[in-house]
Amino acid sequence: MRAFLLALLLVLPMAAGAVQPDEILPDPAMEARARAITAELRCVVCRNESVDDSNAEIARDIRLMVRERLVAGDTDTEAVQYMVDRFGEYILLNPRPTGSNLILWITGPALLVAGLGIALMAARRRRRAGPEALSPEEEARLRALLDE
Amino acid sequence: MRAKHLPRAVLSQGPRAFVLCGPGRAGYSGGMIVELGHYALILAFAVSILQSLVPLVGAQKGWADWMAAAGPLASGQFALLAIAFAALTYAFVTSDFSVLLVVDNSHTLKPLLYKISGVWGNHEGSLLLWSLILALFGASAAWFGGNLPKTLQARVLAVQGAIGAAFLAFMIFTSNPFLRTALPPFDGHDLNPLLQDPGLAFHPPFLYLGYVGLSMAFSFAIAALIEGKVDAAWGRWVRPWTLAAWIFLTIGIALGSWWAYYELGWGGFWFWDPVENASFMPWLFATALLHSAIVVEKRETLKAWTILLAILGFGFSLMGTFIVRSGVITSVHAFASDPERGVFILLIFAVFVGGALTLFAFRGAALEAKGVFALVSRESALVLNNVLLAVASFVVFVGTMWPLVSELAFGRVLSVGAPFFNAAFTPFMVALAIALPVGAVMPWKRGKLGKAAASMTGALALAVALAGLAFALQTGRSALAPIGVLLGSWLVFGALIDLWTRGGRQGIGDRLRRIARLPRADWGKAIAHGGLGVTIFAVTAVLGWASEDIRVLRPGESFTLSGHTFTLTGVERQPGPNYISTMATVEVHDGDRFITTLHPEKRVYPAAGMPTTEAGIHYTLTRDLYVALGDPQDGGGWALRTYVKPFAVWLWIGAALMALGGLVSLSDRRFRVAAGARSAPIAAKPAE
Repeated sequence: MRAFLLALLLVLPMAAGAVQPDEILPDPAMEARARAITAELRCVVCRNESVDDSNAEIARDIRLMVRERLVAGDTDTEAVQYMVDRFGEYILLNPRPTGSNLILWITGPALLVAGLGIALMAARRRRRAGPEALSPEEEARLRALLDE
Repeated sequence: MRAKHLPRAVLSQGPRAFVLCGPGRAGYSGGMIVELGHYALILAFAVSILQSLVPLVGAQKGWADWMAAAGPLASGQFALLAIAFAALTYAFVTSDFSVLLVVDNSHTLKPLLYKISGVWGNHEGSLLLWSLILALFGASAAWFGGNLPKTLQARVLAVQGAIGAAFLAFMIFTSNPFLRTALPPFDGHDLNPLLQDPGLAFHPPFLYLGYVGLSMAFSFAIAALIEGKVDAAWGRWVRPWTLAAWIFLTIGIALGSWWAYYELGWGGFWFWDPVENASFMPWLFATALLHSAIVVEKRETLKAWTILLAILGFGFSLMGTFIVRSGVITSVHAFASDPERGVFILLIFAVFVGGALTLFAFRGAALEAKGVFALVSRESALVLNNVLLAVASFVVFVGTMWPLVSELAFGRVLSVGAPFFNAAFTPFMVALAIALPVGAVMPWKRGKLGKAAASMTGALALAVALAGLAFALQTGRSALAPIGVLLGSWLVFGALIDLWTRGGRQGIGDRLRRIARLPRADWGKAIAHGGLGVTIFAVTAVLGWASEDIRVLRPGESFTLSGHTFTLTGVERQPGPNYISTMATVEVHDGDRFITTLHPEKRVYPAAGMPTTEAGIHYTLTRDLYVALGDPQDGGGWALRTYVKPFAVWLWIGAALMALGGLVSLSDRRFRVAAGARSAPIAAKPAE
């Protein structure tokens, strides 16, 4: 039961929080960049919550760190890479399409092509089979009628 | 507050004195009721085993009396589970703290509504509700399925019984809600405060009605595979069940989303959380099944595919239960340290879905199609619908499971979150929305793409005009919302034009009369498709047009956001029944005009030791004003988070329209004929 409650706490996104007034950068353009970056970073102690949405202590630290990097002159890519270097790719909510992750990214398009292909083939086969072939029972009945 | 409640609490806890001498002793009626519930639960398990075996054997051997046993057994299982559920509810309402589950999830001071919703606000109780609803559906198939062929009905009820037996075994052996505690405490630990909310009180029952409703489609699919026969009548029987399940799922998901919107404090409405995905995947499959069952019913084709969808739809419901209940997604290690429940559910999943798919592999090919159709036809349009929905659902599935797979198979610890799903899932929905209005007017068997598209020119022109207007008015924001306007109005106008052209070419009065007399199913279709358009529009409008303000405000200060002036007039503490609230008062003006007073709150629930936020929201059709109270600041003042969310309310209106469309369609005469025929059974067809 305790485990369940604990799980529930993790499952439910924590109430309110996220970006605090004192974190906001004076430059709106840079603040917007920071928000866009932190929306794609995972709060590493939360369950499926972005750093931008989370009120965990570490999420605040990461938000501040991202802003520090941007103020220091990092590009967006560099700031993100800085975080990945420290926390691993676990911090990325959008997994990079490299190596084994290609499977994740290709699944959708591949299934779509396969699904449409199968549907097309089935349709073609069905049409070649001709319209509404008689079932064995119907054929038997037809034969019986013809024999009469 | 406390002093006032104490005597009553002591009174209502009278039984505890007895409980201390030993739970469940005679002479203590509350304990008897709980034991009665426990007994009924175990008896229901025994009945469900009988229900899964007797009718199945009867149908195989052609023994009418064995088949006839299915009905009473299904009714009996439902009655027994109703007793068990009532007993558990009684324990919650009377705060019987000799029951462990009540201790962990209730509190004497909790409002009555949440004492009741506390019954299913936990693992064990939610399983009992799950089983109760499952039994209710099974019993309904017995009560209202009089016109079903006897063998089909017997087999359907047997499969329902088997699913019930599996879940009752799971409950009794790993998650018994009636377990007692030897030393009952003076009060409970309270229900998770986040769950003490009207939206979330009814969210789980609706979702379960949906999940479990899909079990009916599953049972019909298995029964049809055993019989080796799927025909138009089968499609007609399956569709109302699927439609009902789909309506419940739609409402359940919308309630959960609305709850997240007002409760979590920043107005998000969908997070692509594994738990959300667990309910969304069955919804996508149910939507696909709903549409392919139409093809089976009208054209007697796509049979094997429909059976497969029915299996997958319920399979994903089970998978969702596994994801939510095992904790496997939270952490592989949490699963490994307490694997009992997870392994049990995985076993249920493997037996039912694996068994069904094996049966399908052997028997599916025998389900020959009758109707042929051209590449351009309503059938093909519905196949496209099915492919897009199924693939989109698999994308959600793979994304949800990928962190687990990646860690176990590739040793890469990573996350898959909202940005991935937004990128990988959305294209399929866009494609679906583009194709929908044209596909919906395509004639059966053989159509002309040009002709169907031409009938939609008006819808396209209106949609483009509105999107252009939106783009011109919004100045400098992303194209997201205008695209949403385009797709949304394309769907809404498409649905309207479909109805309009169905009215025929005559005087306007005759035409309207004729439209009003169209079958309910046609109205349902138009309403649901329009609802989808409304939802798509609202999603993009909220994401693309919302404005946000985060600042520290002292009482008396004000600021302006999107033309509205927000003034913090005060913050004070207020006691609630089982919480303490810190409540702000925020007045909103538009220029000189007073709009509303909002009361955003922060609550602390002492028994559960947890804070929650209650946003102050002013809903109107064109925008929501949303204020959430943050923490007090060191230098005085309070953090305040304010949002103006344009058209947010249309998110729920769109979902409600979809559910309404389903409901209207469900009331169609055809289904009532099918159900009503119970009193006058259709004469047996001559053997073919």
